Amino acid sequence: MKLLKTALLGSAAAAIMASTALAQAREVKYYADFDPAPLAAFEAVIADFEAANPDIDIVLQNFDHEGYKTSIRNFLSADSPDLANWYAGNRMAPFVNAGQFQDVSDVWTDNNLGETLASAKGSMTIDGKQWGVPYTYYQWGIYYNKDAYKQVGVEVPTTWAEFIDNCAKFKEAGIDCVTTGTKALWPGAGIFDYMNLRTNGYDFHMELTAGKVAWTDERVKNTFAEWAKLVEPGYLTANHAALDWQDAAALLVQGKAANYVMGNFAVAVFKDGGMTNDTLGFMVFPEITAGIPRGEEAPTDTIHIPAGAKNVEDAKTFLAYIATADVQTKLNEALGQLPVNNQSKVGDDPFLQAGFEMLSTADGGIAQFFDRDAPAEMAKIGMEGFQEFMVKPGNVDQILDRLEKARQRIYK
Amino acid sequence: MTGSATTAIAGTGRGRTTFWKKNQRALAPWIFLAPGVAMFSLYVIYPIIASMWLSFYDWDGLGEKVWLGTQNYIELFDDEAFYTSLKNNIIWLALYMLAVPAGLFIALFLNQTVTGIRIYKSLFFFPFVISQVVVGLIFSWFYAPNFGLFYNLIEWITGTGVAVLADDRYVTYGIIAAGLWPQIAYCMILYLTGLNNVSPDQIEAARLDGARGWRMLWHVILPQLRPATFIAVVVTVIGALRSFDLVSIMTDGGPYGSSRVLSFYMFEQALSEYGFRMGYGAAIAVILFAIMMVFISGFIWKMIRDERGM
Repeated sequence: MKLLKTALLGSAAAAIMASTALAQAREVKYYADFDPAPLAAFEAVIADFEAANPDIDIVLQNFDHEGYKTSIRNFLSADSPDLANWYAGNRMAPFVNAGQFQDVSDVWTDNNLGETLASAKGSMTIDGKQWGVPYTYYQWGIYYNKDAYKQVGVEVPTTWAEFIDNCAKFKEAGIDCVTTGTKALWPGAGIFDYMNLRTNGYDFHMELTAGKVAWTDERVKNTFAEWAKLVEPGYLTANHAALDWQDAAALLVQGKAANYVMGNFAVAVFKDGGMTNDTLGFMVFPEITAGIPRGEEAPTDTIHIPAGAKNVEDAKTFLAYIATADVQTKLNEALGQLPVNNQSKVGDDPFLQAGFEMLSTADGGIAQFFDRDAPAEMAKIGMEGFQEFMVKPGNVDQILDRLEKARQRIYK
Repeated sequence: MTGSATTAIAGTGRGRTTFWKKNQRALAPWIFLAPGVAMFSLYVIYPIIASMWLSFYDWDGLGEKVWLGTQNYIELFDDEAFYTSLKNNIIWLALYMLAVPAGLFIALFLNQTVTGIRIYKSLFFFPFVISQVVVGLIFSWFYAPNFGLFYNLIEWITGTGVAVLADDRYVTYGIIAAGLWPQIAYCMILYLTGLNNVSPDQIEAARLDGARGWRMLWHVILPQLRPATFIAVVVTVIGALRSFDLVSIMTDGGPYGSSRVLSFYMFEQALSEYGFRMGYGAAIAVILFAIMMVFISGFIWKMIRDERGM
């Protein structure tokens, strides 16, 4: 996996996707980190944009996904493009605070984006200004193997108690109730986010990731106590710390695992493995504390204008274009994800429809993801703690003490 | 001084020429050294000093640097992850040394004249030719739960498989085993070349005196292999201290940071996806540098003594 990525980095960085440059076209340099399918979708959108604006030429340079996360720091300060991909929430905070991204509030007000992109406005706002434009997001939830449910003879649960009861039956049948692969750490954070969102609610989760609540707080301990019901009896895939998320996806496909807390991008992997709409199911993460407003998780991908951009005017034109309903409909159909613009249409795919339904009825709020809501350092230490907890649930007090120590240092 | 020397060459004035003539023997070595000195200062000395300087700051690599004084070091000495990395570095150093005797053993074994011995030698040398990344990948498959050869072997023997890379007790040893594979091959090749130079007269003489087996090895062969042993120890120590690629490929420092070594921890803090702490990373680098200096000074000390024939 990693080797493949490294190999891709080399070839992707070399390949500059220059589209038909017109004689007088003004150039807009755009650095992005698309996988092959999204790349094709974006090239189509760029072609449409250039047809509508013949005097602007978008030059897209694509990077390898993982490599981009580290190279962005270099190119923003050294050789800045006019547009760059990044993520919403706290993940963009270091760049905003360092003055590396430009304020694009005028794009928002001029195009009435506060209305059409309302759901993402909060996560794009720092200091009352907007710093980029979101173009897609995708839901997280539980993907499950319908055959495994049939084999054991249990129903899809709606409460945590039912879920845990099912787990006992899955365990008897030799099936992992919940699978995950935490080698890259972040899949574990998805489980934590949902445990905390369901135990304490969205507002508390946001306070925690913003560093306003101690990790040794009783409510955090409650979250881990609920989580322990899953970990202690061994309902979670053993050795998950040595697995990549794709390895765990294989377990679900093979029916060796029943449930997987994941993002919607995993559907493509499940289907590549041979699952169909008849065998793959999606459910909203079950309720733990009754009565709290349901918060969900939906990370948003965004485009920004770096501070060093040379062609700001045309870059803003492109941002406004990307934000429109039709473009987002077309783009997200190809991406297999959800459009942020609330006037866009959602694709026919049942998982997209289910996700859209779930998110539009979430009365608690929409979280980004642990590593986007919490600052980078906290995210790293936190995710390590979650991984450790899922291997050694008995260490919970030490883990929380460590996270609390980190919190006091990081959020000064 | 190099600047004045260059102008001295260019100068055509009478007084200058005499100055040049007078000091030619003293200046010439410096002029020849100048390109090397310039490169070394720019790419080695300057980064070392800059890292030390940086370790007193809080800097995210983007914004303003904030002076912290020794705060980074104080935090470092109260950081569990730092001690885990340090402990792993020591385990690496100790176990990596096994490559030296193991390499010697294989070299002795292969130092014979049999048909096709060159093929066997190349096969043994093969792991060193493969990139460390590939070695890491092969071993992570070897250890992988559910389908890995090692995992299945243990499962077959004991009934329960052990996922080496997911278990904080074994993970470092698992990675070191992967690292030893190419390192043994490297030491082997060093000893093989060394064995070519062992004087047959002395062996003959020893044999006449009745030395055989271990006594022959210990008192006759090994002393003649001292230069090879020295190089093997040096490359193994350095290899152990800069063990980064295998950790990064096989575990990414996990599970929960238990297989980190100092070089990896430095990378993680300063340069990785979630790392925005250049100053803290620099402080780790300084500590690692200090540890390396102990060994490097030792080696240099020995080399100088050898050169002076002491």
